[in-house]
Amino acid sequence: MSEANTHGTTAGAGSAPLTPVLTRRWLSPESWSLRTYEQLEGYTALRTALAAHPDQITELVKSAGLRGRGGAGFPSGVKWGFMPKDRSRPHYLVINADEGEPGTCKDVPLMMADPHSLIEGCVIAAYAMRANHCMIYVRGEALHCIRRLHHAVREAYEAGYLGRNILDSGFDLDVVVHAGAGAYICGEETALLDSLEGKRGQPRLKPPFPAQAGLYSCPTTVNNVETIASVPYIVNGGAEWFRSMGREKSPGPKIFSLSGHVERPGQYEAPLGTTLRELLDLAGGMKDGIPLKFWTPGGSSTPLFTADHLDVPLDFEGATEAGSMLGTTALMIFNETVSVPWAVMKWTQFYEHESCGKCTPCREGCFWMAQVLERMVAGRGTEEDIDTLLDVCDNVLGRSFCALGDGAVSPITSGIKYFREEFLALCESNRGQDNTQDRESALAGVAR
Amino acid sequence: MTVASASGNDTAEPRPVPEGHVRLTIDGIEVDAPEGELVIRTAERLGIVIPRFCDHPLLDPAGACRQCLVEVEVNGKPMPKPAASCTLAVSDGMVVRTQRTSRVADKAQQGVMELLLINHPLDCPICDKGGECPLQNQALKHGRADSRFVDQKRTFAKPVSISSQILLDRERCVLCQRCTRFSKQIAGDPFIELLERGALQQIGTGEEQPFQSYFSGNTIQICPVGALTSAAYRFRSRPFDLVSTPGVCEHCSSGCSQRTDWRRGKVMRRLAGEDPEVNEEWNCDKGRFAFRYATAADRFTTPMVRDSESGRLRRSSWTEALRMAAEGLLDARDSGGVGVLPGGRLTREDAYAYGKFARMALRTNDVDHRARPHSPEELDFLGAAVVGTGPERGAVTYADLEAAPTVLCVAFEPEEESPIVFLRLRKAARNGGTRVFHLGQWDSPGVEKTIDVMGAGGPVHSGELLRCLPGEEAVALSELPEEVERGLSEPGAVLVVGERGARIPGLYSAAMRAAERTGARLAWIPRRAGERGAVEAGTLPTLLPNGRPVTDPVVRADLERQWGAEEGTIPGRPGRDLDGILAAAESGELSGLLVGGVDPEDLPDPARADRALRAVDFLVSLELRPSGVTEHADVVLPVAPTVEKSGTFLNWEGRPRQFEITIEGTGAVPDCRVLDTLAVEMDVDLFTQTPAAVAGEIERLGPNPGVRPQPPDVPAQPPQRPGPGRALLATWRHLLDNGSLQDEEPHLAGTARPPVARLSAETARQLGVSAPQPVVITTDGGGELTLDSEVVDMPDGVVWVPGNSGESRINRKLGVGHGAVVDIAASSAPPRGGVTDPEDAAGAEVPAGTSERELPLAAVHEQYRTNGHAGHGGPNGNGRADNNGGSRQADGGGA
Repeated sequence: MSEANTHGTTAGAGSAPLTPVLTRRWLSPESWSLRTYEQLEGYTALRTALAAHPDQITELVKSAGLRGRGGAGFPSGVKWGFMPKDRSRPHYLVINADEGEPGTCKDVPLMMADPHSLIEGCVIAAYAMRANHCMIYVRGEALHCIRRLHHAVREAYEAGYLGRNILDSGFDLDVVVHAGAGAYICGEETALLDSLEGKRGQPRLKPPFPAQAGLYSCPTTVNNVETIASVPYIVNGGAEWFRSMGREKSPGPKIFSLSGHVERPGQYEAPLGTTLRELLDLAGGMKDGIPLKFWTPGGSSTPLFTADHLDVPLDFEGATEAGSMLGTTALMIFNETVSVPWAVMKWTQFYEHESCGKCTPCREGCFWMAQVLERMVAGRGTEEDIDTLLDVCDNVLGRSFCALGDGAVSPITSGIKYFREEFLALCESNRGQDNTQDRESALAGVAR
Repeated sequence: MTVASASGNDTAEPRPVPEGHVRLTIDGIEVDAPEGELVIRTAERLGIVIPRFCDHPLLDPAGACRQCLVEVEVNGKPMPKPAASCTLAVSDGMVVRTQRTSRVADKAQQGVMELLLINHPLDCPICDKGGECPLQNQALKHGRADSRFVDQKRTFAKPVSISSQILLDRERCVLCQRCTRFSKQIAGDPFIELLERGALQQIGTGEEQPFQSYFSGNTIQICPVGALTSAAYRFRSRPFDLVSTPGVCEHCSSGCSQRTDWRRGKVMRRLAGEDPEVNEEWNCDKGRFAFRYATAADRFTTPMVRDSESGRLRRSSWTEALRMAAEGLLDARDSGGVGVLPGGRLTREDAYAYGKFARMALRTNDVDHRARPHSPEELDFLGAAVVGTGPERGAVTYADLEAAPTVLCVAFEPEEESPIVFLRLRKAARNGGTRVFHLGQWDSPGVEKTIDVMGAGGPVHSGELLRCLPGEEAVALSELPEEVERGLSEPGAVLVVGERGARIPGLYSAAMRAAERTGARLAWIPRRAGERGAVEAGTLPTLLPNGRPVTDPVVRADLERQWGAEEGTIPGRPGRDLDGILAAAESGELSGLLVGGVDPEDLPDPARADRALRAVDFLVSLELRPSGVTEHADVVLPVAPTVEKSGTFLNWEGRPRQFEITIEGTGAVPDCRVLDTLAVEMDVDLFTQTPAAVAGEIERLGPNPGVRPQPPDVPAQPPQRPGPGRALLATWRHLLDNGSLQDEEPHLAGTARPPVARLSAETARQLGVSAPQPVVITTDGGGELTLDSEVVDMPDGVVWVPGNSGESRINRKLGVGHGAVVDIAASSAPPRGGVTDPEDAAGAEVPAGTSERELPLAAVHEQYRTNGHAGHGGPNGNGRADNNGGSRQADGGGA
């Protein structure tokens, strides 16, 4: 995870500067320790914040224009503002560190390299939201990261940054690090809350929204790791400084996770609005010079881009305008050696496996589409299957209970949109053949 | 509801939107709907049916199946995606377009339907639900003609038993979660849950935790596919072969409306009827499944008389039997007199005939329908506070329970003794913030589920269990905690007393005083369906029909006139109660007995009842099937079971629950007709030939013209204090027990709660018992009972046992009841493991003549144990076949 800094220094010649903010300490010796953190301005923002009124913090985050880094990009300050001001019920801050979106690998490195920035962010955010309890819900597979977080939380308690009467401010905060059990759906905020409560992780009906009735039916805000880790910098640097990076509606720096066929995969922290072309320059270009074929701007749930999209500014608006979404800025980059139908099949198998089962479209749709794609990749597809796939996608998109179903159809619809001929080529041998034979066997014995 | 076409008269004044309402448009029709109403319901009121699976009006919205998608505009802006109309509340100015007017909604619905069917086995031709299946019906209406799915369906082993009664076919399941939501929200028995995820998601139970709920049958009824079936009905018939007749449940005093489905003179199944005032859409499993007793092979089909030579009962003609009965009763009447024990399971009309028969033909007030522990205090209470009340006359109703700020239950265990009252209390606690208090001994499941409820928005701690010693209830009721006293003083608060109050001296008096003191309304909830009606019908030693006190000469004379009887026919002295009648019969004071549906096992002292039945000179029994009375009877006259007669039950509210004959032409006659004919043989005219005639007569009699009897005033007694090695006995009955109306239904019996003795940790420690090690309970009178033990949070020095479950037949085995002092010690016997003895539970072995599909209960248990857990492999094939091959084959086919 040293790329950020190493390449930051070499980036001067390139078109886009790196903006190491969140990644600033990652290369320092024992960057995860409290000692290093404190030496590098750690917990200074906390002192400033605790001296302010909670609502001032929320206002600051609002004016900085910080948007959720978990994928949806909802303005964080506005979200915090939904929390009731009274304290008649406990308030909860929940950190979504489930990071399950395929290709996404920013939160785990952040928590590994600089866990205290998250913890400091938690204290400030909890103070702003009048919450005395904070839960960090970490993906269960990230065992090393969980240990490191536990260690950091212990250090913070010992140093008086957590617990009773933090830095003599009268503010109390307890942080609990909770290990999930490995379900993609638990990255959905309400499913995460159910899982935290010890229930089966499935999304809840909204309303009520978490700010009214979240964890244990109490006011709750769920924020992504990167979002909360940004808060101390905003407190120290101010809204103006934060807005000096990125774009008008999507300000600030962002960790871009480059993976796949690039020379130097890794985390690149750059202002929002940076293009893939710029990021590829930073990452040393395509691996072995083999040309780019397709890529995801923000994980597999965001529609694919192609080489035509190299200059799309990667911020919330830019990605949307170009027909995709910014998502988690997990850029999975594929060169010309990769078959699109095959990649789409693998992603769809993932969604089939991870669909929680609650609603019909996602549960049954993923099951069906995975089989069709498997059949196509095995050379037993027909042109008709492509139409069926698209129509099933249409019956899943916007019809499912949560966004998982929407995400699941993204690779399929975008894959067919840009690379239809590849799907057709797979069906070539079956052209003109009706698959009535299959149909008969599947519906054997069924009354017509 | 107000509906106006949007294209209506433009010049008309705009109607104001009523207070608390919003105005929206559905498919072009403008409609006002109460705030918070779900779009799917508003549409339904307009006659627009949106297809749905997970939606159920009595369950919290889920939005899981996505079948009910509609297109919506809010504030003039279209919502970005179709919305589930089952989770979307109406709002002002909303424009909704359903499948009727929106291509998007229609395509979305067709799409969801196609998706629901890709993994559905489409085995409609062999599915019980075929013909009445919401999936089938809606697929035909809102689905594609052909499926595009040509790949492999997901398969599961099927079916799996999730209890001895309920079978689950996971392939058919559309995962709408109605069953799990019902169990969690309505019944409070979350024994079934979703397991796994994605297409492998399925309903299942926990390990070693079967679906042991008294309300499990409701899940079958609300299942929109054939995924849940009952062992009792599975593969028995097709819906379109059945005739459906509305009926009323004969089991408890809840008074559930039911639908009885029958074919060729035989009841195939029973379903909960819809009655929002009473049972809403629910039913308990006893009411749903316990009906096969009426078709038991041992049912009496002809009268029987005791042969003077052989001393045995032999079949006889009605003429012979009636003549013998009339002569015997006349002789007995003229020597020592005849006592009448009608039992508590009669319709109001049949009970009326017993009461009239006693007064007119036998000229006695020695009549008492209370075939259970009872007391003179209770008699006074019934006369003063119960008789003559009803919903129209301001008595407490289900709706009142639901609306009450506070309910206190005393000597009443709602889930066991009136399950629909339990459901209503739970609903009240969950939705309406009713605080439910129980005065009892331990936090039984029913108590827990009404005081600690998981509501839609999180846990609700609605009430509390007020622990007291058994027998101390009356004292406790006079010294209620401040919080409860205050709660009962709020307008609308209700104090519920059960029939078990008769065991506790001073309780009814204390209850009336408490009601007086706090202003709380008082409700009496008996256990049996016939109890409440019999009080009105006048089968009590002090009460004539409609609450007329027997001691009032004016009232008596009036009744004699209306009955066309000679003056002085009705004796002026109150008669003996059941205890008194049995004592007099045993001592020879009474010469004869006329007994209806009474099982000696239910009586406070069955041994004494046996002696009394043996001692009397002449005994007439009106019965359905052989009982403990039969062996002593001189004449047995067969009567019709509920399903073969008409009549009216009064439920606990006093609400008439009238029903017609379901199975006609069986030749079985109701008690009132038998008594009418018997009276004619004795030269007395009862005019009770038909239930309708009786109902008319009851109506004509009108209410009691005299004064209401005085309330009881019995001082509360402090509980006894047992010494070391002794304990106070606490007891009540389980819903599913040894009762003979549950005979012939082994699958139901398998879901009964196993009989265990419950005691506190401290009591167990003192006895040196570590649960489940059995304890042995003995009485001074030589009673003995050994049961597995279980430690619960209850007062020390108390032992609780079920009243009539398995071995635990308290009346017979101990001869004492609630509040008595018993000896208790650790037993050296090994624990029995909590399994109900199948023979005990089922009452009798499965007789020949039942369907060949019937498995003896032992086999059901065995199969259950083998296949009980979803996901751990199911039975191979049809669920009844055994896994073990050969040796069990005989069981499967030979029952």
